[in-house]
Amino acid sequence: MTSRLLDGISHRGVALLAVLLAVLLAAPWIANDYLLTVLIIVLYSAYTGQAWNVMMGFAGQLSLGHAIYVGLGAYAAAALYVHFGIAPWLGLAAAIAVAVACGAIIGFLAFRFGVGGVYFAILTIAFAEFARIGFDHFQWVGASSGFFLPVANYTRNDLWNLRGDPTMFYYVMLALTVAAFALCHVLLKSRIGYYWQAIREDEVAARSLGIDTFRYKMYAAVLSAGMTAVAGVFFAFYYNNLFPEQVFHISRSIELILGPIIGGIGTLFGPLIGAFLLTGLSEAMQELLSALGFDAPGAKQVFYGLCLLVVVMALPGGVWPWLAGKLRVTRRDP
Amino acid sequence: MMDLLSVEGVSKRFRGLLAVDNVSFRVARGSIFAVIGPNGAGKTTLFNIIAGMFAPDRGSVDFAGERIDALAPDEICRRGIGRTFQLVRPFPALSVEDNVVIGAMLRRHDPAAARRHAREVLARLDLFGKRHQPASALTLPDRKRLEVARALATEPKLLLLDEVMAGLRPAETDRMVSALTELNREFGLTILLIEHVMRAVMALAARVLVLHHGARIAEGAPAAVVREPAVIQSYLGAEAVD
Repeated sequence: MTSRLLDGISHRGVALLAVLLAVLLAAPWIANDYLLTVLIIVLYSAYTGQAWNVMMGFAGQLSLGHAIYVGLGAYAAAALYVHFGIAPWLGLAAAIAVAVACGAIIGFLAFRFGVGGVYFAILTIAFAEFARIGFDHFQWVGASSGFFLPVANYTRNDLWNLRGDPTMFYYVMLALTVAAFALCHVLLKSRIGYYWQAIREDEVAARSLGIDTFRYKMYAAVLSAGMTAVAGVFFAFYYNNLFPEQVFHISRSIELILGPIIGGIGTLFGPLIGAFLLTGLSEAMQELLSALGFDAPGAKQVFYGLCLLVVVMALPGGVWPWLAGKLRVTRRDP
Repeated sequence: MMDLLSVEGVSKRFRGLLAVDNVSFRVARGSIFAVIGPNGAGKTTLFNIIAGMFAPDRGSVDFAGERIDALAPDEICRRGIGRTFQLVRPFPALSVEDNVVIGAMLRRHDPAAARRHAREVLARLDLFGKRHQPASALTLPDRKRLEVARALATEPKLLLLDEVMAGLRPAETDRMVSALTELNREFGLTILLIEHVMRAVMALAARVLVLHHGARIAEGAPAAVVREPAVIQSYLGAEAVD
């Protein structure tokens, strides 16, 4: 298993991964509270980016409505907790089930009826919008006035009920990110990963090689939806409040995909690198502008946008493929 | 069961154009069979019908004793028909080797076993040295070879080759011919090819079917077919007579 996990990564790459993991594990002892919350956001985007990457980066199906899975997962687990006192780890199963069902419906409609490319993207946006509008009127979970989880001062961390301090949430998110990374790595090295890439590259050619493209696209849609729903559960219990206008909004879906695009679509490290860069950039911009005493509204967004533009123009394949070349971490001949 | 593939009375119309007109032929198990004809004769359409890209309007296609003309392309591949595309369709971002590994995974689910098989196939088609290059970096003749390698990796009983010699130099054509002959002799692979390069057709095929305007105008041994007046007139032209 370990050999399979490290398959295709050079010794240098393994060493760098170990250092990165050690730093991330030690972070709560080194970092202050502010930095720790920033790191939680970084890991959250790395995880959701990885989940989206399964569908777009690996299988080539562009979803612009992934917020729907975050939202469904968040609402499912939160509702079970608030209304029935069901712990989030059990609620997680329901969250995954709801998101998987939704992913399967969208996937079935699109893949069975040959909806692809931008039309598929529009379909995913439409479903996310349906959900946003639907939850705005869903009284059982607070509708548009929001749904709140009980917040109190906890004397100790309650991992079972996901109630506790940022350090606990940090480690939960770190574990999820590592698990998603390992899962994607193993999948990419197995038959399903090869088949996804074949579909991404040329679906007609993939079919001519005996690949049931409908089935493999469905696997990607369902897995990506399920993984994203897990992040939704985290979101609900970390922020303790859910508003349909926030969680299902298209800007959430866009935020979610920026990391892997900047980091490198279809690569394992892309979502991770992208998350660090984007969140780091955003926070640094904030600090820099306030240090300079520059307080024009929207200035941060403008600079942020410009930085993204520069990255996309300079490295159209994403940061990771370029960085990997510099660091010499990929092994050609396993 | 002598015939591996049997095409009976197949027709296909695209709006006003009758692309394939009541074509019948049989390909014997273990043989090499060529389909020739001028551009627009319906050869590729006929191929696409056999490979499941189109359903025929009339007629039937039987493979290994089972009717396959209602099946999807991936099901047809799983039954044992491999194909190449006239306009090559490699997986451009993947390495040459990974392209072939994907083909090999049809019968070998374990990636390591698929990779071993892919390397054997690559060596057979002179692509082993280029296996780490991205497929997008290959020249057209190499991409044609890659198409053959990828289809071959699925271990077909019948291999459909759509103009794989086009653009190859004579020496390269001879290499491809000998590679295909070896496959045919060693593994009893049945090959159905569309080809314009008569040098390859004459060297490879035991039987030739000539199409013109979607219909069959001749069928038989290559040496006999190229002497038929209808074939000379419609396809080979004056230069082939001498």
